[in-house]
Amino acid sequence: MNESSGCFVFKPSSKKRKRTVGIDEYFVDGNDDCGNGRERFNICQKLWEKIKMDTEILQDELNEKILESLLDFIKKCTLSFQSRTDDWASRMRASEIPTAALVLGVNVPDHDMTFQSLSDLLKNSVTPFSVSVQAKECTALKNLMQRVLERLMGVGVSVEEDEEDSGIHLPQKRVSCSISVLCQWYKTVTKVGRRTLKLSHYKTCSENGFLQSPPIVVIFKDFEAFNPRVLQDFILICNRYIHELPLIFVFGIATSPSTVQHILPHSVSSLLCIELFQSLSCTQHLATVIDKLILTSQFPFKLTGKVLQVLVSIFLYHDFSVRNFVKGLQLALLEHFHSQPLSVLCCKKQEARHNAQKLSHKDVEMVRQLPSFMRYVETQEPQEQVQLLTSDDHVKEVCQMLLKGLRKYHKNYYPILRCLHSLTASLPKYPLGKQIRELHISCLEKNVWETNEYESAMQLLRLLAKDELVAALRKCADILKPGKTKKMKSALQQLEDYIIRFEQLDGKISLKLYSQCLCTKMLLRSRRTKKMSPFEILRNETLDFIDGLVRSHLTPPELQPLNEVCYYSSSGVLRRHLNATPRTSIQTALSHPFYFLQNENLKTDAGTVSSAAPDICIVYKLHLECGRLINLYDWLEAYATVVSAAEGKDPDAEDYGKVDELKHARFIQSVSELEFLGFVKSTKQKTDHVARLTWGGC
Amino acid sequence: SPKKRVTVMLNTVHTQCCLSSLLHQPEQYCYPSIFIYGHRATGKSHVILTLLKELELPHAAVSCVECVSAGLLFEQTLLALFGADSAALLPRLPSLSDFVRVYRQVCAQQPAKQTRYIVLERAELLRDMEANLLPGLLRLQELVDDNVAVILLSEIVWDKFRPNTGCFEPLLLHFPDYTKGKILSLDSNPSYTPELYSSYINILLGVFYSVCRDLRELRHLAALNFSKFCEPLEKGEAKEGNTHKLWRNIEPHLKRAMQTVYLREVSSVQWGQQQMDEKEATALRGLSALAHVELPYYSKFLLIAAYLASYNPARTDRRFFVKHHGKMKKTSFLKKHEKTSNHLLGPKPFPLDRLLAIFYSVVDSRVAPTASVFSQISSLVTLQLLTQVGHDDQLDTPKYKCAVSLDFILAISRCVCVCETKYLFLTFGLWLLT
Repeated sequence: MNESSGCFVFKPSSKKRKRTVGIDEYFVDGNDDCGNGRERFNICQKLWEKIKMDTEILQDELNEKILESLLDFIKKCTLSFQSRTDDWASRMRASEIPTAALVLGVNVPDHDMTFQSLSDLLKNSVTPFSVSVQAKECTALKNLMQRVLERLMGVGVSVEEDEEDSGIHLPQKRVSCSISVLCQWYKTVTKVGRRTLKLSHYKTCSENGFLQSPPIVVIFKDFEAFNPRVLQDFILICNRYIHELPLIFVFGIATSPSTVQHILPHSVSSLLCIELFQSLSCTQHLATVIDKLILTSQFPFKLTGKVLQVLVSIFLYHDFSVRNFVKGLQLALLEHFHSQPLSVLCCKKQEARHNAQKLSHKDVEMVRQLPSFMRYVETQEPQEQVQLLTSDDHVKEVCQMLLKGLRKYHKNYYPILRCLHSLTASLPKYPLGKQIRELHISCLEKNVWETNEYESAMQLLRLLAKDELVAALRKCADILKPGKTKKMKSALQQLEDYIIRFEQLDGKISLKLYSQCLCTKMLLRSRRTKKMSPFEILRNETLDFIDGLVRSHLTPPELQPLNEVCYYSSSGVLRRHLNATPRTSIQTALSHPFYFLQNENLKTDAGTVSSAAPDICIVYKLHLECGRLINLYDWLEAYATVVSAAEGKDPDAEDYGKVDELKHARFIQSVSELEFLGFVKSTKQKTDHVARLTWGGC
Repeated sequence: SPKKRVTVMLNTVHTQCCLSSLLHQPEQYCYPSIFIYGHRATGKSHVILTLLKELELPHAAVSCVECVSAGLLFEQTLLALFGADSAALLPRLPSLSDFVRVYRQVCAQQPAKQTRYIVLERAELLRDMEANLLPGLLRLQELVDDNVAVILLSEIVWDKFRPNTGCFEPLLLHFPDYTKGKILSLDSNPSYTPELYSSYINILLGVFYSVCRDLRELRHLAALNFSKFCEPLEKGEAKEGNTHKLWRNIEPHLKRAMQTVYLREVSSVQWGQQQMDEKEATALRGLSALAHVELPYYSKFLLIAAYLASYNPARTDRRFFVKHHGKMKKTSFLKKHEKTSNHLLGPKPFPLDRLLAIFYSVVDSRVAPTASVFSQISSLVTLQLLTQVGHDDQLDTPKYKCAVSLDFILAISRCVCVCETKYLFLTFGLWLLT
C-alpha cells in the first residue's frame, strides 16, 4: 500500500507552478538526452510558417479566377438593380433573385477558406452587407431569418419563442424577426450611408456607384445540407421583397448543380436567376500543392516515397481534402523534428553549417550510427575510415561536405524529374504515370531505370517523330533553364546542341511518322536490320544522353549519405495518426490485453485470453463464441467458470464456478461496458437475451 | 382604369358578381370569413388587393409564409389596421386571446365605419400553426365584435383545411384557370399593334400551354422571347402580316426555350445574352448537364454498395457476393413478388452492417475499417446521396437508403472499375434487378 500512503497533498513551489509549459518544451522533454531540442523546434516552426504562407498564397492564386468572375457577376447584378426601369419588358418579366451556384467539390471542409476569401473580397470592393449561413445553425426558418438579420444588422434579434431571456430584452428594444424589418433597416442605413459618402470606408467603390444601394449577399455555405422546406420558404419570402431589397444569393454546392433542381421545386426555382460557377477540381488543386511544396529544393524537409504514398492515398481514397493533405504534411514535419535529433541539420545552408559545427559528441555518435553514413564510411580509404571513426571534428567537417552534396543532389534531382515527366507524360498509356507525383514516388523508392515501365517508355520515345521529339526537348530545355548548378547548365547546353542538330537535319531526309502504337518488337527488329537514317542515329544519341541524365541524377535518396537528416520515413506512424482504426484498436485491446497493458501475466498464445485478463476481455472473448442472440445466463455461468479458474480454486470444489454477488456484479458491469462500446444491445426478440452487433469470431 | 383591369383579370362573371356584392357595401357587416382558392397565378391576390386599394377600404394583407410564428401574424395585422402603437400593446409570445383582447381594446377607440378586411395569403400554412388559430380566425368577427372579415387565399381546396373538431364554414369562392382565349386578351405591347402581339401570344401558347398554365411564368417567357420575335420586323425581312414567316422564325427558338430557360437550366440573363450574340452561345450548358460528381475512391464503392443493398433483396446477397456460395435452386432464387422491377418500388432501407459487408466484397483490395471509411458514410448522407432512415441513434443500428439514380451509379462504376470483368459483374448485378 505504498501508493496510498504517498497520497498526501504535494504543494510544489509557487515559482515552478507558474511556469507554463511552452510548446518547445515538448521537444526538449521528448528526448532529454540531447540538447538541441529548442533549436529543432525553432527550425521546424520557421519551416512550417513558410509552408503555411506558401499554401495560403497558392490557395488565393487558385481561387482567383472563380472569385473574380463571381465578383463580376455580383457587380453586374448590382448595376441591374440600380438601373431597373419601368419599361414593358421588365414589368412583364417575373422578378428573379440573382443567384450564383458555386460548385466547389465534395471536400466540404476545404470550402471554408474559399468562402472566407469571398466574403473578404465582397467586403472590400462591393458591399458591406454580406452574410454567410451554415445548415447546422438554420434548422428552422426562424433560425435562418434570425442569423441573417443578426449578422446584417449587428444586433440581437429575438425570435418570439425563446422565453428564457425575456428579462434581458426590453419590450421596446425587441425587433421582430422578419424581412420587412430588414427592409426598413436597409432604407435607413443606405440613407445615412449616402450622407456620409465621403467619410465612409467604402469610398473606393463610390465612383462605381455601388454605394448608393449596395446589394445584400446571402451565402449558403453548404446548400445540400439545408432543410429543403426552410430554403423554399426563405426564397419565397425574399422574393416578395426583391423590389425593395437588392438581394443576391450564393449557393455553395458540393455535388452537382442539378441538386438545385432536386431540392427546390419548379415553383421556387423559377424565382431564381441561377448562374453557374465551377471551381478547379480538387485533384488539380492537389497537383499544384505537391508541385509547389514537395517537388522543390526550396524546403530542406523531404518525405520518403512511402510517406508521400500514405498522404496521397488518404487524399484519393478518403477525403479529397487538400487542407487535410497539408495538415498531414505538418504532422510529418513535426514528427520528424521531434523524433530525429539530427534533424537539427535539416535547414538552410548557413544555419546547417553552423549547427554542424556545434554537434555534441553524442550527436556525432548518432551520425556514425546512421546507416547511410556507415555505408559512406565503408567506401572510404582505410586511413580515412579510422579518421571518421575516431575524430569528432573530422566527422563534423565531413558532415558539412555531405550536406552540401545532398543539397546539390536535390537541385539536380527535381529539374531532371520534371524533364523525364514532360517527356513521358504524353506517351500512350502513361508507362511512367500520368501525374508527376507517381513518377516521383517510383524514383524515390528504387532505381527507376531498372523498371520495366521505364524501359517501355524509352522504347516509345525512340519511336517519336521528329517534330514531337523536338517539341518535347524544347520543353525540357525550358525546365532546365532556371537551373543554377554546373551540371544543369552543361546539360542544358548539350540539350540545346541536340535541338540545333535536329533542325539542321531538316530537308535532308523525309521523315516517316511512326504511329506511337507500333511499339511491337517486330518493328524494332526489322528496323535494326535496316540501315539507320541520320535522324534515327541522332534520336538514339539524344535519348541515350537523357538516359544518362536520369541514371546520374534520379538515384533514390536512400543512397545519399546523411539522407536521414532530411527525409521523414515513418509512414506507419503517420498512417496510425491520420487514418485511425478505432474499431481495430478496441478489438485488439479486448482480445490481446497485453498489447496495451504490457503486463507479463497477460501474455498468452494467439487466440486465447488469459483468465487473469480484465473482466471485459473475458466477457468479450466468451461472446465471440455465440451466435446472433446471446443467452445472458449461459454467458454468466461461463464467465463465472473462467473467473474461478483465475482465482486458483480447486476445480473439484463445491463452489467452483458458482455465481456469487460479486461475480454477478462484475459480469453485469462488463456487459454494460460492451453495450456501451457497441458490441451488444438489448433485444425484445427473446427474454434474457442480448443481440450481437458484430459478426465473425469463432 | 384599374377597375377595368380587375374585371379583365377576372375569369368568370360569377366570381365578379360575388366579389362586387361582397365588397360594395362596406357600411354593412360582411360575411365573417371568405375562402378563395384557385391555382397559382389565377389572379387571387391581385384582384382582391387591387379592389381593396381602389375602393379605399381598410385592410391588412399578410402572407403566411413570412409568419414564422402566430405572433408575427397578429403584429402585422394590428400594424396595418390600427398603426404601430397598437402592435406594441401585444405581449411577448401573444396567443390568439391576447390578439382578440388587444383588438377589442383598440377597436373601442377607433370603431369601424367600414368593414375591415384581413387578407391572408398562402393560408394553407395556417394549418401548421396552433390548432385554435384557424377556427378562431374564421369567426373573428364574432370574437372581437367588430365589422371585420377575414379573407383566406390558398391554392388548396377547403376540404383539406377543415379541422377534425369542426369550425365555422367560410364562404367559398373559386378562381378558375384562365382559358387560352382569356390569356390572349390580357396583355398588349405598347409599341406594336394588338393583332401582332396576340398572334405572338398565340404562337407562344401553342408551345407552352400544354406544360404551363401559370400566367406569371407565361408572361415572363413572353417578355423574354418577344425581341427575337420582332427581329425580322426590325430588320425589314418580314411584314407584320406575314405570320407564317414570323412563326417559322420563332418556333424552334421557343422550343429551345422550353428545354432551357423554362426549366431554369439557363438563367434568364444568360438567355437574353444568348439571343444577342447568336452564334457563339450554342455551347451554353445547363445546370443538369454537369451531373458528374467527383468522389473519393472508397466513397464511390460505398455508394455502389449502398445502391446494391437498396435494390437487391437481402436474401440474394449470398449469391452475388460470396465466392463459393453453393448452389441455389433457380426456381426459388427470386420469389414471385420480387420479380416486379425493384426500380419501380424505389430504394429500400438497409442496415449499416449490410452496407459494409457488400462494400468489403465489392472493393478489390483489403480495406481497413478506418474511421475515415465511416466518416465517408456520414458525409455521403450530408451530400444527400444517401439518406438516413428513422432515428439518428448511431449505436442502435442505423439504417440508410440510397438516393441516387441508376444512371449515376453506372457512371460511377464505369470510372471506378479498371478491369472490364468487374464492371460487367457490377452492371450485371445492377441490371439483373431491373
